[in-house]
Amino acid sequence: MMPALAMLVTTQLVHLSPVDFVIIAFYFALVLAIGFYLRGRANTGEDFFMAGREMTAWVAGLSFLSANLGALELMGWAGSAYQYGILATHWYWIGAIPAMLFLALVMMPFYYISKTHSVPGYLKLRFGEPSRALSAISFAFMTVLMSGVNMFAMAKVMQIVLGWDINFSIWVSSLTVAIYVTLGGLRSAIFNEVLQFFLIWAGALLIPILGLYEAGGWGNLKVQIAQRASEQYVHLWSGLGSFTSNPMGIHWTGIVFGLGSVISMGYWTTDFLVVQRILAAKDIRSAEIAPIIGAGFKMLVPIIVILPGLLGLAVLPVKLVPESVAAVTGGHSYNDVLPLMLARYCGPGLLGLGITALIAGFMSGMAGNVSAFTTVWTYDIYRPLINSQGTDHHYVNMGRWTTVIGVLISVGTAYLVMQFASIMDYVQALFSFFIAPLFGTVLLGMLWKRATGPAGFWGLLCGTLSSIGMWTWVKLDPTALRYVALSPHAKALAQDMYQALWSFVVCVVVTVAVSMVTEPVPDGQLRGLVYGQTDIPSVGDVPLYQKPLFWAGVVVVVFFILNIIFW
Amino acid sequence: MISIWFFIGISLAVNGALITAAGIYQVVNPPADPGVVLFNLHANVWWGAVLLVIGLIYCVKFAPRRHA
Repeated sequence: MMPALAMLVTTQLVHLSPVDFVIIAFYFALVLAIGFYLRGRANTGEDFFMAGREMTAWVAGLSFLSANLGALELMGWAGSAYQYGILATHWYWIGAIPAMLFLALVMMPFYYISKTHSVPGYLKLRFGEPSRALSAISFAFMTVLMSGVNMFAMAKVMQIVLGWDINFSIWVSSLTVAIYVTLGGLRSAIFNEVLQFFLIWAGALLIPILGLYEAGGWGNLKVQIAQRASEQYVHLWSGLGSFTSNPMGIHWTGIVFGLGSVISMGYWTTDFLVVQRILAAKDIRSAEIAPIIGAGFKMLVPIIVILPGLLGLAVLPVKLVPESVAAVTGGHSYNDVLPLMLARYCGPGLLGLGITALIAGFMSGMAGNVSAFTTVWTYDIYRPLINSQGTDHHYVNMGRWTTVIGVLISVGTAYLVMQFASIMDYVQALFSFFIAPLFGTVLLGMLWKRATGPAGFWGLLCGTLSSIGMWTWVKLDPTALRYVALSPHAKALAQDMYQALWSFVVCVVVTVAVSMVTEPVPDGQLRGLVYGQTDIPSVGDVPLYQKPLFWAGVVVVVFFILNIIFW
Repeated sequence: MISIWFFIGISLAVNGALITAAGIYQVVNPPADPGVVLFNLHANVWWGAVLLVIGLIYCVKFAPRRHA
């Protein structure tokens, strides 16, 4: 092992060979090379913040998916699959596919026609400055904090898995991200997200292939899981008839109405981190088809995330335990299942590729956070509230500086979390407060022309406050779970589902009520923003197989078939 | 402008070549303790080769001169 790297290593879950280090070093060299290559192509605001709006459907679609395919998601959901079984797949299928198709076919035309730079920018056009300010400030604040939390969590993972020093992981990754996003803007972030997508598949697909070979195929795997855990671990829907008949303690109403109808809709259609990738598409057809491409690949992601977790249940010789127990006993936690499976099958080279995939997932997730933060700060906070007279060049410079400052705030947050671990839980909870009500506001804004400016603002505010109120109520009095999540047996994930559902309902009710007592917006001001007042442009005279609706239909059919197969 | 797919090709090809080379080295010099399950399948040889081939196809198809 190289002496400089040996100094960084203390204790570790896996041991890297020299060729693994070469693969990791090559990844860092490549992303920096991409950043330097793209620096000359980020001179205008459209280039830096919107990647020139020239991305093809494939690039935008894979980037859209990759923004949500971070290392922590991969490891966390593999751990959830070990803990809850195949139920975790709901977060990839019903918890994503309908929302992605809804974004493609219903919402994207409005985002695209309005030529907005961001989701808060759409709120400004539809509801006015107060709604934009509320949404932009909360998004910018939470995005940069989340980036820091993720940075610390990933550095911790690198310490546990590879024995790397936390400071080394934080500074090397954040400086690399700062350099390539500052140089190339959103285009650089998107290029690296697409690269990450390929690295993740190249690095992780071997685990289910070799795992199924070792387990003796899917049929034998199900038998082994039934023996070591429960038969319910391999059923998606059949155990959701009651709160107590499945490992997650959730009812099908929570999955369908909380996850499928509110949380996923909120995340995939209004979280600017992912929507920004689609806004960079080169034309309306690309913008509509990109989320459909993302949905197609999203349905496949359980192969490299959920299946390794299920295989871990069957083939790992050790029993994994919750994080809190592992901390006391020194054992392995659920979240270690993916690195453990990686170490089980992957020798020199393959291990380096797997670790590179995790690092790439983390860094591109951070780049996504920072590029979204930069755009919202510059266009939705700095320009309207601080300096509206700047030139395009001035705002690009502001974007570059904001990138550096955003990374530094993230690093500061990471160190804050290192000192006060409980902050992590609060920040993650805070982020979820805004998603569901924001979906309610944007949805009504796009589909109901009677919704007024004040109604948009008050609906968003009341929905967010109700979410915070429910979370605080359960925190202070855990027995309140029986009211918020409809069952005292509900687990944390189930609470999230119902909390989102109720805050969405509050947002919609308040928006409708306030709209009815305020002056309607004149139709002329709603053109290009609201259904019924907008001429949706055609995707052009193209063959059937190039139409977004055709591919959305294909995805829907596959979606239903998969859910029936694993019922 | 160099296509993103060319960068993808470079990444897959270089990683594939390194992984295949590491796998072949282990075939020629089998370690006393392989440290992995199913070592006999020599996954790094064939998986690395798959990545190398896909990477080379991308490199050739999206080479900068062909897209200039």
